[in-house]
This record gives sequence, C-alpha cells and structure tokens, in this order.
Amino acid sequence: MAVLLIAEISAGALAMDATAKTLSAVSSLGDVDILVCDANPDAAAKEAATLKNVKNVLTAKIGNGLAEGVADTVVAIASGYSHIVAPATAAGKNVLPRIAALLDVMVITDVSAVVDADTFERPIYAGNAIQTVKTKDATKVVSIRTSGFDLAETGGSAAVKAADAKESALSSFVEDRVQSSDRPELTSAGVVVSGGRGVGSEEDFAIIEGLADALGGAVGASRAAVDSGYAPNDWQVGQTGKVVAPDLYVACGISGAIQHLAGMKDSKIIVAINKDAEAPIFQVADFGLVADLFDAVPEMTKLVKG
Amino acid sequence: MKVLVPVKRVIDYNVKVRVKADGTGVDLANVKMSMNPFDEIAVEEAIRLKEAGKIDEIVVVSIGVEKSQETLRTALAMGADRAILVTATDDVHNDIEPLAVAKILKAIIDEEQPSLVLAGKQAIDNDMNATGQMLSALLGWSQATNASEIAIAGDSAQVTREVDGGLQVIKVTLPAVITADLRLNEPRYASLPNIMKAKKKQLDIKSAADLGIDVSPRLEIIKTSEPSTRSAGVIVESVEELVSKLKEAGVV
Ligand SMILES: Cc1cc2nc3c(=O)[nH]c(=O)nc-3n(C[C@H](O)[C@H](O)[C@H](O)COP(=O)(O)OP(=O)(O)OC[C@H]3O[C@@H](n4cnc5c(N)ncnc54)[C@H](O)[C@@H]3O)c2cc1C
Ligand SMILES: Nc1ncnc2c1ncn2[C@@H]1O[C@H](COP(=O)(O)O)[C@@H](O)[C@H]1O
Repeated sequence: MAVLLIAEISAGALAMDATAKTLSAVSSLGDVDILVCDANPDAAAKEAATLKNVKNVLTAKIGNGLAEGVADTVVAIASGYSHIVAPATAAGKNVLPRIAALLDVMVITDVSAVVDADTFERPIYAGNAIQTVKTKDATKVVSIRTSGFDLAETGGSAAVKAADAKESALSSFVEDRVQSSDRPELTSAGVVVSGGRGVGSEEDFAIIEGLADALGGAVGASRAAVDSGYAPNDWQVGQTGKVVAPDLYVACGISGAIQHLAGMKDSKIIVAINKDAEAPIFQVADFGLVADLFDAVPEMTKLVKG
Repeated sequence: MKVLVPVKRVIDYNVKVRVKADGTGVDLANVKMSMNPFDEIAVEEAIRLKEAGKIDEIVVVSIGVEKSQETLRTALAMGADRAILVTATDDVHNDIEPLAVAKILKAIIDEEQPSLVLAGKQAIDNDMNATGQMLSALLGWSQATNASEIAIAGDSAQVTREVDGGLQVIKVTLPAVITADLRLNEPRYASLPNIMKAKKKQLDIKSAADLGIDVSPRLEIIKTSEPSTRSAGVIVESVEELVSKLKEAGVV
C-alpha cells in the first residue's frame, strides 16, 4: 500500500505544520509520497523532502492550487496509491472531494483518528458525536484534522521528481487578499487568545491582540466577531472556521455556542473571561473569570508581561 | 439563465444533539429539523441574483425523505420559483452520502440545464463539505467553494473565497458550482403572504430509483459515540489568581 499526500502550500512555501502532522497521521498506512503543487514548487519540495519516512516528493507546476488542475493531476497518478490524503485545510477540503468523485469513491473528511487502512474516526454534528466509518472503496480519499496529531520528524532526504501537471482552463486566479503577520499561525500556535461579540468593535480588538502578543500567541475570534467586522475571516474558530488545540486557549467575551466549542474544546487549558456568570463557555473552562473584559484583559496583559 | 440550489433538511442548528445509547447514531426522532443554514444563504444569493436581473429562474432540489418537502416549501417561500424532491430513503437516520447526492443532482442537471449551481459549503449534520466539489467534478464544471462574494459577468463569475490565509479571488467560467460561506449574505425570512403563495408553487417528486441512481453507502458506519467531555473547572476571583494558576500549570 502506498499513500499520496498532497502538501499544504502557503504563499509558495511548504506549510510545515499541516503537512508534517498529516504525514504522522498516515505513516502507518504505507510508503508515503508527497505531491507539491505550486507555480514554483521546487523550494517547497526540497523542504518536504527533509521529512522522515517519505519515499518520493513529486512536483507539479500548477499556480495557486486551483482545484480543477490539482484534481486532474492527482487522478492521473492515482492508480499507484491506496490512499490519497491531505490536511483538512481550506485547500485540502477544496480539492479532495473533487478527486474522490473523479475516482468514483467517497471522501472521508476531517478525520481525527486513523483506526486502520479502511477505518477512520471523524467528528459530526459540530463535534457532538464521533463517527467511526469503514470504507468499501478501493482508493481511500481522506482529509486529516491535524490538530490531534504530532509533527512528523525531519532528517530525511527523499528523492524529488517532477509529475505531469495538468493545468485547467476552467478557472483562473485573480488575487490573494491575505494579511501577513508576525504572530504564530492560528492552527499551530501554543497559545490562542480569542475575542467575541463582547469585544464590541474592531478598535477594541487591540485589547485581545495585546494579550495574545504578551503570551506569544495567535489571535482567534468567534463568528459573531467576524460577522460584525471586528476581526478578519481567517481568525474564525469553530465548526465552520478553524480547529485549534493549543496548550492555552483564552476566550474573551465569547458565550460558548456549540459551533464555537467545536473548534477549540480539545485545547489543553481553557480560560474564559465573560461578564455573564451563566455563559455556557464556563462549562468547558478550566479557569473561569466573571469580569468585564475591558478591565480584566488589559490587567492580565500587564501581569503576564511582568 | 437558470440557477439550481440544492437544499438539505438537517437537524436545527440550535438543537442539542444526543448520541443514541446503543451507538447506532444520533437521535433524530421528534427533534426540530430546518434547512441547512448554508443552503439558506445559497437560496438568498440566488434570489438576490434574480432581483439584480442576472438570472431568471431558481430551481431548488432536495434529496432524502418525503418530509424534505417542508424544506423545499421554505425555499419557495423565500423566493425560489420551483422545487424538485428526490426521495432516496424512508428513514431520517439514513443520511444519503455526498457522492450519491452529487450523482442525483447531476441527473437533475442533465434535464434542467442550469448555468449555475449554488450549494451550501457544508451540511451541519455530517459536516462533510464535499457535495459541491463532487458535483462539479462529475459535471466537468469549474468550482468555487466558500464564497463570500459572487459577481457574475457574461459567461464567467468572479468569486471571493474564504481561505485559511484570508481571502482568495478567482474567476470561474460558467457553468459552475459555487458553494456559499457564512458571510455571503444574511438570508431573509419568508413573509406570511409569501408562505401562502409558496403552497401553490410547483413541486415535482421523483425518486432516486426513477433516476437510476444507486444510493447505497460506500461508508459503513461502525459506531457513533459521544466525544470525550470536559467538565467545568474552577471560577477564579481575580486576574491575579488566574495568572498564578496559569503559571502553576506552566502555560504562562
Ligand atoms: C451554520 C453555523 C455555523 C457557525 N459556525 C461558527 C463558527 O465556526 N465559529 C463560531 O464562533 N460561531 C459559529 N456560529 C455562530 C454561533 O452559533 C454563535 O452565534 C457565535 O459563536 C456567537 O459568538 P459570540 O460568543 O462572540 O457572541 P454572543 O453569543 O453574543 O456572546 C457574547 C458574549 O460576550 C459577553 N460579553 C459582552 N460584553 C462583555 C464584556 N464587556 N466583558 C466580558 N464579557 C462580555 C456576553 O456575556 C456574551 O456571553 C455558527 C452558526 C451557524 C448557524
Ligand atoms: N440530501 C441533500 N439534498 C440536497 N442538497 C444536499 C444534500 N446533501 C448535501 N446537499 C448540498 O450540498 C451541500 C454540502 O453538503 P455536504 O457535502 O454534505 O457537507 C449542502 O449545503 C447542500 O447544498
């Protein structure tokens, strides 16, 4: 059995965290080849080749990871693999179902545990239930929820080869609107400080960012905070946003709707700061503080800075 | 130009889901069911495109149990023109997999010939996030998932997508499958007169068997279990106490 892992690429570079955690999730299934699709895949491929227990790194020159071209490229080489996997990121979720349909197999998304070669666990209903599914399909197409897996080690030196890239004229890239930041990436940060509707405005989100910076962490947000324009969409944590599992998650002015909990309840330590003692977030918090966040968060920032 | 919107009947997003004690699934008997929230957004977008003169007809399609008619009536009351129900099971607990749903939708699309499919990005019951992409593949069309903005111009659409790093703007040639994300719009409520009018709108019923599509699942559900639960910890009295607890725990 052999596994094809579609690498996560971010702004032309290998997204090491997502790729290496996916690798560790699937390495028990067989030899792993990593596919790097990008306009200039060579640097990312070189980095992917340093991951241990990787047989080959394949490159395909396809700009911006557009789903149609990536899917056609993968389908052309799919017969050599028992499993086709990717991290359950926006990019992975975009392309894997397309590949699965072209192969006439089901896709198994957001896998939180690999039981054996055909059997996987995945959360459903916003994480309120865990389903164990066994596939009857010949090729298994699987996306991995990386927050529950460890990083694979580096120190390897896999061979890098070019694959036949299939560009598609169906869609084209216009632009990226991404904000670069010096903060750690949300899904892999050790500390996440999130703000909700209680923060009240975009300006006041600076309070949340201040605490995140003092703790060396990333900033997250509830859907209500994003919808209200206090925070950008890529900060959303939850069922339909990002899933995080840091050592420390601090929820400020967030009520704790199930859709939000779905994205953070596997964090090691959860802190909730909310002025409503009845807020459901306190039911999952290790440490709860009933307080006005406008007093408590700046005070906490000051204390942490020492 | 015609748009087709697939709408799924799912457990209402406010309902607390209960896993059945015997591990065979979640309890859907007597719980409130509603239209998948992302599909409401897709229906709303279709209506806005129609109001803007970009499209002429909105056909909504649901696949599942007979009762999905209710969901279709909701979409008709919001402003869709016509509905098609494809019955594929008698049992609400039998969720039709995205691959089978995509095959059924393809069969409907072969008849209806729409220029655009506007689906939800994800059904909030199975959390698959797959049907739109699968359908696009089966049709050989372009795809744009997680749309937060759609601008149709001539034979293409410019779509702003919510991605992990922020936003990505792409251009897709029509026909295309586009899936709706949360911030595409805020769906309207159906007014009472429109709910009355919707009762008279056309709703055709077909079955998956009529369309010749095998809906037997590829994934065998071995068991459904409760996730590990967290219990509430302690309430601290001050920020000072909080920080010292976090220091003790070694995370600050
Ligand atoms: C299909 C669907 C998908 C969804 N996906 C997501 C998702 O991925 N992520 C997500 O987060 N949500 C998601 N939601 C939305 C979710 O249901 C909630 O509406 C949302 O999480 C609420 O955000 P909030 O807690 O910030 O706001 P609210 O529920 O309004 O809570 C605000 C909280 O702030 C507190 N507060 C106010 N002022 C202060 C103050 N000065 N100091 C301290 N506390 C204060 C209040 O007591 C309250 O508890 C989804 C919903 C649907 C229908
Ligand atoms: N049974 C169904 N009937 C109609 N539409 C569906 C059905 N299942 C999925 N869809 C559509 O596909 C989208 C994504 O669903 P899923 O891939 O199951 O997460 C939904 O938001 C709907 O638009």
